[in-house]
Formats: sequence, C-alpha cells, structure tokens
Amino acid sequence: MAEILLETQDIIKEFPGVRALDNVSFKVKENDIHALCGENGAGKSTLIKVLSGVYPTGSYEGKIIFNGEEKSFENIHQAERDGIAVIHQELTLFEELNVAENMFMGNEISNKGFVDWNEMYQETNKWLKKLKLAGVKPTTKVGDLGVGKQQLIEIAKALVKNSKLLILDEPTASLTDNEVELLMDILRDLRAEGVTCIYISHKLKEVFEIADYISVLRDGEYIGGDQKENLTEREVVNMMVGRSIEQMHPKKTKKAGKEILKVNNLNLTNNEGDQLLKNISFDLAEGEILGLFGLIGAGRTEIANTLFGYLQGKKEGEVYLKEKEVDIRSPKEALHQGIALVSEDRKRFGIIPPMSVKENISISFLEKFKKKLVIDQNKEIVKTSELVDQLRIKTSSLNEKIINLSGGNQQKVILAKNLLETPKVLILDEPTRGIDVGAKQEIYELMNQFAEDNMGIIMISSELPEILGMSDRILVMHEGEITKEFDNRNKEISQEEIMVYATGGKIDG
Amino acid sequence: MADNKKIKFDLRTYMMIIALVSIWIIFSFTTDGSFLTPRNISNLFRQSVFTSMLAIGMVMVIIMGHIDLSVGSIVGLAGGVVAILDVWQGMNPIVSIVITLLLGLILGLWNGWWAAYRKVPSFIVTLGGLLIFRGVLVGITRGTTIGPMSDLFYYLGKGYLSQEVGIIFAAVVGVFLVFVQWRSRKNRLKYNFDVLPLHLAILKIIFSVSLLVVFILVLNAYRGIPIPLLILTVFLAFFIFITNNTTFGRHIYAIGGNADAAKLSGIDIKKITLVVFMINGLMASIGGIFLTSRLNAASVAAGDGAELDAIAACVIGGASLSGGIGKVGGAVVGAIVMASLDNGMSLMNVENFWQSIIKGLILILAVWVDIYTKNKETA
Repeated sequence: MAEILLETQDIIKEFPGVRALDNVSFKVKENDIHALCGENGAGKSTLIKVLSGVYPTGSYEGKIIFNGEEKSFENIHQAERDGIAVIHQELTLFEELNVAENMFMGNEISNKGFVDWNEMYQETNKWLKKLKLAGVKPTTKVGDLGVGKQQLIEIAKALVKNSKLLILDEPTASLTDNEVELLMDILRDLRAEGVTCIYISHKLKEVFEIADYISVLRDGEYIGGDQKENLTEREVVNMMVGRSIEQMHPKKTKKAGKEILKVNNLNLTNNEGDQLLKNISFDLAEGEILGLFGLIGAGRTEIANTLFGYLQGKKEGEVYLKEKEVDIRSPKEALHQGIALVSEDRKRFGIIPPMSVKENISISFLEKFKKKLVIDQNKEIVKTSELVDQLRIKTSSLNEKIINLSGGNQQKVILAKNLLETPKVLILDEPTRGIDVGAKQEIYELMNQFAEDNMGIIMISSELPEILGMSDRILVMHEGEITKEFDNRNKEISQEEIMVYATGGKIDG
Repeated sequence: MADNKKIKFDLRTYMMIIALVSIWIIFSFTTDGSFLTPRNISNLFRQSVFTSMLAIGMVMVIIMGHIDLSVGSIVGLAGGVVAILDVWQGMNPIVSIVITLLLGLILGLWNGWWAAYRKVPSFIVTLGGLLIFRGVLVGITRGTTIGPMSDLFYYLGKGYLSQEVGIIFAAVVGVFLVFVQWRSRKNRLKYNFDVLPLHLAILKIIFSVSLLVVFILVLNAYRGIPIPLLILTVFLAFFIFITNNTTFGRHIYAIGGNADAAKLSGIDIKKITLVVFMINGLMASIGGIFLTSRLNAASVAAGDGAELDAIAACVIGGASLSGGIGKVGGAVVGAIVMASLDNGMSLMNVENFWQSIIKGLILILAVWVDIYTKNKETA
C-alpha cells in the first residue's frame, strides 16, 4: 500500500460573496498521478493556490497534511522548500534569459556570492538529458524554444528544487499532439522515480491516458474520486457537470434555406506580401451552420477577419450578401451590413474588462438606444436584460463588471453583444475555447436557436468533434486554400477524412 | 434579473467626498477656523478652477488610455496669444478669446493626429508638444511679460456674480435638479424598475438642494459666486453629461478599456481619439485664458507643470492611467482636494518645500488606497 503524501481536511476558502472551496477533503497517494477535474470555476485553481502557499495560512480554514506533517505555509517559498511545486497554466519563464538561468532562477548555485556557472550548466545538462531535450543547450535562449519545450523547462525548474509533489495546471493547453505525448512519457518516467503529480486538465482523454486516480471538484465541493480503472469518461463528465449530458451536440432541426452569403475568388495579400487567402469561394445559406476547419495558420481566422473588414491588405474577389455585392472595409460597416463576429481571442478582442455586462452588450449598437443624442439608459437596461435572460448569462447584476464572470458567461455576453441587432451572418471563431463542458453545450444549443432564427452561421473551430457534431457542411482549409467541402447533414464524416485534407492531402498527417 | 433595476449605494463614489470633507475638518482645526471662513472657501474654489478645467479635459484623455503632457505648454501659449491679441493688437476681447479657443483646438488636433493617425505613443507626441508649444510661446512673446489685460479679462478672472443674480442662478439650478430627478423617477416607473420610496426620494432631493443653498449662502457671505467658478460649473455639468449619457462618452471608456475590442465593436477609434485630444486642447486654452486673466498678464513661464497637477487631480479622483476607468466629477473633486491642501497648508504657514512633499505623499497614498481596496474586492 502506498503512503498518503498529501491530505487536505475540510478546506474552506471564501471570497466576498462566494465560497470558492467548501469543506474540501481529499488524499493524494505517494507516487500517483492524481488527476483533478472540474469545470471552470469549480475551485481547482483556488485549491492549488491554497496548497502552494499563494493564499497564506489563516486566509482559509482547514488543514493541509503533507508528508505526515501538518503544514501552514505563509508563502510560496515555504511550500517550495517543503517540496510542493506548481507549474501554472501560463508559463512563468523569462524568454530573454537562457535555459540554465531560467532553471535556476531564484535558486542559483553560487560560490561565495558569485554564480557558479560551470556547476549550473552541468546540472542543467543533466536535467535536459533526463527530460529528453537533447537538442537544447543550457545557453539556449528560452524564447527561441517552442511552447512544448518551454513547458518541459518549467518542469525541470520545479524538479531542480527537489520537489516531491508536482502540480500541473492545464499543462497541455497550448501543446501539439506530439508534445503532449512527450510530456506524458516524461510524467510516467518521473512517476517511476518516485515523484507524485497532481494533474489538472479539462481534457478527459488525456486524463484517462495518464492518471492513476481521478478526483472531481464541482462548485467548490469535492464530489468524489476513484481509481481510473473504476471510472468511465461519461461518469466523470456527469460528476463534473452534476447532470447527465445526454448528447454533447444537440440535434439541429432547421434546414438550410435561401443563400445569404456568397464569396467568390477571394484573395488576400497582407502588407508584407504574404498571400494569406487563395481563391476562396464558398456560400452560406440562411439557417445553416457551416463548419470551417483547418490547422493553425490555415487561414480560417483570416477569412473571418476579412469578411468582417478587420484585416487590412490587398483584397481581390467579390462578397455578396443577400445577392448584393458588398465591399466591407471596417468592422463598423460589417456590423451595419449584418455580419457579426465573435473573435477567437476573447480576452484581446472580445471583452472590455472595466465595463459592466450591460455596457459590454450594448457597445456595438449604442445608436439603437439613442434618443436626441442621448443614450436612453432605461431602454438599454430592458434590452440587455432580455438578452441576459435569453442566453441564461449568470451574473449578479447587469452592472457587474464582465471581468468578474466565468469564461463561459463572458463568452455568452460577447454572443449577446452580437445579437442586439439580429445579424444575417454570424461568424463564431472558436466559440467554445477555454470554457467548460456545461457552458459548451449551452453555446451549441444557442447556435441551433440562431439557425432557427434564420441566421447563417460560420463556425471556425480546431476541435474536430465540435465541427463534426454541429456543422451542416464542412470546409477544410490548408495553407490559405479551401481543400475540401463535405456535406455533413448525416453526420457521417470521420475525423480521419477531414485531417487528410487539413494536412494538405497527405495521408500521414 | 430584478436586482439589475435596483438602486445601489456605492461607497466608492462617495469616498472622495468623504476624504475631502475630512481634509476640511482637519484644516479648520489646525487653522483655528480660518480655513472655513466664507472668504477662504470662496478663494479656495476660485483657486481650484484652473486645475479643475485642465483635469476635465485630461481625465477624458486618461480614460481613453492616453496621456497629454503638453497641457501646461498649451496653457502658456494660449495665455500668451490672448494677451498678444488683447494688449499688442488691441483686438476686441471676445474675438481674441474665440481665436485663442480655436488655437487650443488646433493644438489638440496636432497632438491627436499624431497619436491617432500616425500611432506615435501619446506620451511622446505630447512630450514633443510640451517643448514645441513652450518654444513657440517664448518666440512670439520674445520672452517678455505682456499686460495689463482689458477689463473683460479682469471680470473673467476675478469677477463675482452679484448676490441677487447668484440667488436667481441657484434657484434655476435647484429647480433643474428637482426636475431631472423627477423625470428620471418617472421614466424608471414607466419601465417598472425599482425606485426609492417616495419619502426617501424627497429627502434626497431636499438634501441636495439644501447643500446647494448652503453653498450659495457661503459664497454670497463673501462677495458672491466667482465668475470662473460659474463657468467651470457649466463645463463640469456638460462633460459629466457627455461622458455618462452619450455614445461618444461610452466610446471613450470602451477604447480605454480595450482598444482592440472597441475596434471590433465598430467604434471609430481614430476619430474619437482625435476629438478627445481636441477637447483637451480646448480646455487647456480656456485654462490659459483664465490664468492670464487672473494674473492680468501673460508670462513665458505661465502654466509650467500644470499638466502634472491635472494628472494628479485625475488620479486622486479615481482615474486609472491604464485606461477605461475614471470620472469627470472625480477629477474635479481631485483638483479641489489639491487646492484645499495648497490653501490649508499656506494658511498654516507650512513652508513651500513641505507643501510639495506632502502633496506628493498624498498622491501616492490616494492611489495606494485605491489599489488596496480594489485588491480586497477581487483577491
């Protein structure tokens, strides 16, 4: 029987108005890879922060028992000293510094106050070899490495400190499939050497591949956990959302109607002279969901941004909206013509953090509420609160700042903003990125509802199940060109077929 | 969503007023009451007009996520030009004022064009402006002091409304306040929103009207409402209205909150940026006219460093230099806080260097308190 390395007893952590953790008690066995699952806002990050000393002792209730002793960490350093290291979702490396400097940041090997470079480089080499980073030198600048390798450097940095417990928060969020495989291998090696891991992830496939034990948090409570062998994906999802999801992708009943958008031989060359889009031609009908799939850099987002008038450059070709040719040169014109875009990068292009939910919804179509130069704020409240109800946005009030909402609800606010004036064409660029399972399904239901309202929807996504589950037709892109169009009304297309065209027709992709 | 329609009491909005009143109470003790005499209150408000004017323009620039360091130099140049037109050219005062205001708009246009259409960071553009405009001033005045100004300017800088006119003015404002409250209440009722119970609403309006009455009585107990204060009030009301109730105002906040998202929301960022810089130039030129009027002359050093006072006023008044957050009203309260510190410490005969040190410390403290309370909310 393996020993218990970490145990929490009745952890309660409260923020003004919310109980983020509610009597969380769980145990992590030594030498296990222990997966922690939960939707966004379930309390995973809060729990990690409690465990790693980000929230000092006294700011929460309950006990942490680590390695047989009760611990009360005042700060991160104490937790690190005792052997708990966290690898956060966002990397904390210094891109301008080299691998060795990063690995020993704050922990430099020194001799009489001077950094002992030789020793440090030697140690770094040892770790690089262990992590199978053969091509990387201790003097390589971290910024020159890919994200996957940076992630491994981050792990090495934690291991250098003799960590017994490694907590990985969504480590694969920005990794490619190969890099994920590599990471999994390394975690298995580390387990063989006696390191214990808490592995936090949305991606159940990964969790089932790597974990020994799976625990689920929901709404700040510990729902349960078991050895992986005793669980199925479906069971874990049900534990996470608290209700059973009959079908992840709700059935769409609406059939495509009249043509609403037609793109003819669209070419786009940016100011640097790179051709981003080559001979793009497609059409879209009322009530239709058109899936647009491609790997990163295939030009999906470029199509969206060009149609929306955001991307500047040399443009050729015609765009017809309801059989009328349009030349859209700014987002403003696009919105007025009835083309709406929900951008892939919600933080950068979607939300306006200091503004309220109400103000974020109304910002694109303020003229709608204008009465003699003045915004009729009562009318604004009525209209925006209708949308909040319709999209079931969870917010304490219309005046809540959008930044205080969960990712899924922020996304719904961004949707609401584009529905204030019912668009003819709604472009959704990665509409479910970074939001939890429950909210995802709600977004899918909304998409069907929009189709019911005769909007034409273009859904860009890099998640194949989503593309296959939701689209009537699928366009596959590769290097700025549309390589294949699939009819998906019968939902019979396979992931493999699509990948063949997304990788440019090579079967090995 | 019933609670959306409720009226909330927001402590943070009143924090500034509470801080200001505490400062006044402290000073009235440390100066044996001479701080709170009608004469001093009247002077205090007149002194705060100049920075307030600049802060109104500046706060909009700051909300938009930009900065304008050239304000002090625009003040100087505008003050110099109005003096040249008035004293050297002997022009009609009204015409000189109109030309000077136009100049302010053009200088703002210059800043705004570089910042919006040429994408030069506003810090750099206006740092350049600071040097250029001051240089032009020294050039056209040949380094001399120009004065005295004609009578209208004396009235603008140091005049008072007669007591009777002051009371009529107060009555008009009072009626207007009641009317606005009543209409907003009626509108909210029409939409079935929650409103304050009638007796509380009446109490609230009685409170604000009596505050107005007391204020006017205090000013009348000295010489009446100072003309500069009157003009400031008009601009203050106008720009509070603009920022709170128009699409233009909302767009300023959106740009400062997230410029990329604002652009995708169909906002014409360049145009709004340009206009806000022009308004700031206009406000600075008004500040320049006031300064020249009050000093009865224009000098090459006029307005030197005024932009820093204006920025400090905005920041004390709750504006965030990272954009998206701030209030016109807050900036003016910030300016009054600064003027109160100047005035109170001068009454106490605190030496100049101490005044500067204390003001600096209070600026840092004010922002720290703001950050601290915000962290508590979100941590």
